[in-house]
Amino acid sequence: MVQEKKIEEILPENTLKTRVPQTEVAREIKPAPSRFRNEIGKYIVHRSSECIRCGKCAEVCPYGVHVYKTGYKFFASPKNHLCIGSACEKTDHYCVVLCPKGALKLAENPMTEGLGDFRWTADMIMATWKMAQTGDIPPEEYGLQYQCGDSGGGFDRLRFKFPDKPPIELKEDQINTSIELNRRDDRRPKIKIDVPWYGGGMSFGSVSNVTQLSKASAAVAWNTFTCTGEGGYMERMRPFDDHVITQVATGLFGVREETIQRVPIIEFKYAQGAKPGLGGHLLGDKNTVSVARMREAVLGISLFSPFPFHSVYSIEDHMKHIDWIKHINKRALIATKVSTPTDVDMVAVGSYAAGTHIVHIDGGYGGTGAAPNIAKKNIAMPIEYAIDKVHGFLEAEGVRNQITLIASGGIRTAHDIAKAIALGADGVVVGTSELVALGCVRCTRCESGRGCPRGIATTDTVLSKKMDIEWGTQRLINLYNAWHKELVEILRRFGMSSIGQLRGRTDLLIHLDYSNDVEAKR
Amino acid sequence: MPEKYHIKTKPIPPRRPRVGKYGVVDWREDCARCHNCVKKACVYDRYRNENDYIQNLSDVDALYFDCMGCFSCVQDCTKGLLCLSINPVYEGMGNSYWTPDIIKTTWLQAETAKIPVSGAGYGGPFTGTGFDAMWTDMSEIVRPTRDGIHGREYISTSVDIGRKPSFLIFDEGKAVGDFPPLLSLPMPLIIDMSPAQYSLPDLGPVIRETAVRTDLIAIINPNDLSFQNSDLQQQLPHVAFYIGSDNSLPSKELLRKTKLVEITDDCKVPERIKKLKSMHPDIVVSVRVELNAQGPERAIELADLEEVEVIHIAADPNGNEVGVNKPRFVKDIIREIHTALIEEGIRDDITLIAGGGIALPEHMAKAIICGADLVTIDLPLLIALECHLCDRCVPGMPCPAKLENIDTDYGAGRMTNLIAAWHDQLIEVMGAMGMREVRRLRGDVGRAMFFEDLEEETFGRLFGTRKKD
Repeated sequence: MVQEKKIEEILPENTLKTRVPQTEVAREIKPAPSRFRNEIGKYIVHRSSECIRCGKCAEVCPYGVHVYKTGYKFFASPKNHLCIGSACEKTDHYCVVLCPKGALKLAENPMTEGLGDFRWTADMIMATWKMAQTGDIPPEEYGLQYQCGDSGGGFDRLRFKFPDKPPIELKEDQINTSIELNRRDDRRPKIKIDVPWYGGGMSFGSVSNVTQLSKASAAVAWNTFTCTGEGGYMERMRPFDDHVITQVATGLFGVREETIQRVPIIEFKYAQGAKPGLGGHLLGDKNTVSVARMREAVLGISLFSPFPFHSVYSIEDHMKHIDWIKHINKRALIATKVSTPTDVDMVAVGSYAAGTHIVHIDGGYGGTGAAPNIAKKNIAMPIEYAIDKVHGFLEAEGVRNQITLIASGGIRTAHDIAKAIALGADGVVVGTSELVALGCVRCTRCESGRGCPRGIATTDTVLSKKMDIEWGTQRLINLYNAWHKELVEILRRFGMSSIGQLRGRTDLLIHLDYSNDVEAKR
Repeated sequence: MPEKYHIKTKPIPPRRPRVGKYGVVDWREDCARCHNCVKKACVYDRYRNENDYIQNLSDVDALYFDCMGCFSCVQDCTKGLLCLSINPVYEGMGNSYWTPDIIKTTWLQAETAKIPVSGAGYGGPFTGTGFDAMWTDMSEIVRPTRDGIHGREYISTSVDIGRKPSFLIFDEGKAVGDFPPLLSLPMPLIIDMSPAQYSLPDLGPVIRETAVRTDLIAIINPNDLSFQNSDLQQQLPHVAFYIGSDNSLPSKELLRKTKLVEITDDCKVPERIKKLKSMHPDIVVSVRVELNAQGPERAIELADLEEVEVIHIAADPNGNEVGVNKPRFVKDIIREIHTALIEEGIRDDITLIAGGGIALPEHMAKAIICGADLVTIDLPLLIALECHLCDRCVPGMPCPAKLENIDTDYGAGRMTNLIAAWHDQLIEVMGAMGMREVRRLRGDVGRAMFFEDLEEETFGRLFGTRKKD
């Protein structure tokens, strides 16, 4: 990231004094199986009482669905999530046929109907779990349709138009997925991240500290960033300072000069895609003792981060804010997070004029810990339109190469990342997919009561113990690795040696609902 | 500070078991009887509640489905004996327009009077038909007031019904001339009569009480017998009699206590308006135009008549044109009529009320953006009473919501809660837009983004012609 000697030159004295040694996390891919006993799979294998425990099924299955431990009287429950289902029928190891007693039956898992939604289909959730478990792209034989959701628009109707053969043959290690975050020539650090994404802002309060720290560790391993959100800066986060973005939003919860001085990037959050124009909410139930202490607030009351910044009613006011941060932290890059109103292009160029390094647009279908349903569904445009609009306008204004355009709000897979970049973004911010990797099922119950029953988006002392940092970190490192592999594969098929070459290449996309003859007409 | 419009609410729990989306099927055979059974660990205490429900069951007519679908018990059960399932009763509710999700969210609002809030991003389709094919705008920095969230109290949701003079003449500092009657409502909502197929239970008293509690107006049939025994002094200012072509006019005494009356559209519209005005000069008369094939054209034609001041266009319950092969949706018709009235230079002379298909609070805001002054609702209030929209409102068929036994406090309380929640959500949407007044939202399509426009601007430019559906 930034060399230590440089830090000494640029860090303020008080930060240098309080700086703690930075953690190193190896980018090592290790299996991280589900923390739940019965992982959900696409298929279910039933074993009837006809089974004579001959062990044939365990012997033939290459996926390890059947487990018969020596010394035990019965088979363990089948590991259904490892079964490839009907695709196995054509092989010579189809247990249902090979079982001498016909004791095995295969069926589609009816529970998948209750898993996921239009945007995050059951297949996409299960594939994300698989990636987080193995660090690899889910093998084709599992038949998981995970590259697109079922929303019927936007990314889900876009496809890449791959050439039959790459124009240039490249090896994987010749392909670079890193992006620069500072494109201004302003003598601030030229921060580069190894992958074209970083973790979205999730405050302590909206998620547990285990979730936050797992995200931070994975960001270190992949030389990228995570964001504190607006809920204070945990002391335990300090060993990750160099990979943390801290957020300044209207509630200013836990924001101090000292926290601003810790990090290389500060993000102004003007709006959030899930609840544009409404500010932040943390419902009272989740304002526990530790959260209240961190946010310097009263225990148990709902906390609002009221929209908007009372001190910002113009681009000049925004510039004043940016100047203030730049003055406090001389090495910091500034990110400005906005939603996607109809004039999002003007907002972006205004933000550039005010001196921001990163303009982060968060689309209308973005994630949240709590938002009014009416806002999530109806306010502001989906990110797919906004990326193209902002990218085009910044180009027309001649400033596109002086600003980093980051998109978020509905980025679920490596394919979404690639499509967002092809539409014109430099990189993306991800959030929900990280939570899915940690075991989220999108039951949408993160907001109240004890919070997430899966122990991810909760500050309940019992629930948050359902997960540990080491496991969480590994799941995210694995997910990032699978995404990285997939992105490299996409670039390899296009014969591109760097992710930057994909930016704005809408000519490489087709839309399933359109005639796709624009190029031909030209 | 001037007095603000505030609807008093209190939580009113459902009378019937909740019909949730998920249930858990429990294959009890082979249970290991673990000491730390996952059922005890349910964050929502679902299993304990189910036991209580079964123990206190008076008659077996509804199963217990109140699982939140978190899969925790399913995935942690030692023997894998639990299976999550989707409740067929839930899936069977409503129809393709009035979806189970709409019914469920309406129930929740009627119970709590709160804005439904949830975690995680929106999980629905990218876009849809009708009102789902548009998004409302937001403003990054422009707010209704400089007070941020607290400025919401200053957002006005009041609307006027009736004709407003297009200019004023002053003589010695005093406005002179004729001032037509003008009725102001604190929010852009009128309670309409239920469609015929849902009119079995007599909800008249409940609906009128709701209109009183919310300070709104309910359109009612003057022949409603229950009306004779109620508190007329209190209720009459909150009702608008609906007078069909064949109906006789209500008595002058009754009419003079109301502020709005609605007549059906027929060839005698000008005469009937004149007659009503002669009986009660301060009354505002609305003409109800059914949105059949000729409906939109007829509405525009009526607007040209000097006597007509308010037009209420009524689509079918799903928001479609009535009796048309390929019906258009009410949103598009509102835009068409609104635009035609602007082109004729008479938009401000007419109040346009739109009804049919208004199922969610965003529909109210979106209909206004498209050009309506206010909207009417009917079915949402019925759903507030735990109605499943099962379409079996015929004598002898059991009503799953037991609507035949509704007491006024429960009924009016639930309806009031729903309207309060809608009001709050209208303010949320307007707050995000930076709008301070709902009157100014009318026809302001710049405050919305339409799917067809965004698609054409973005993907049409990049990918050519959109294929026809």
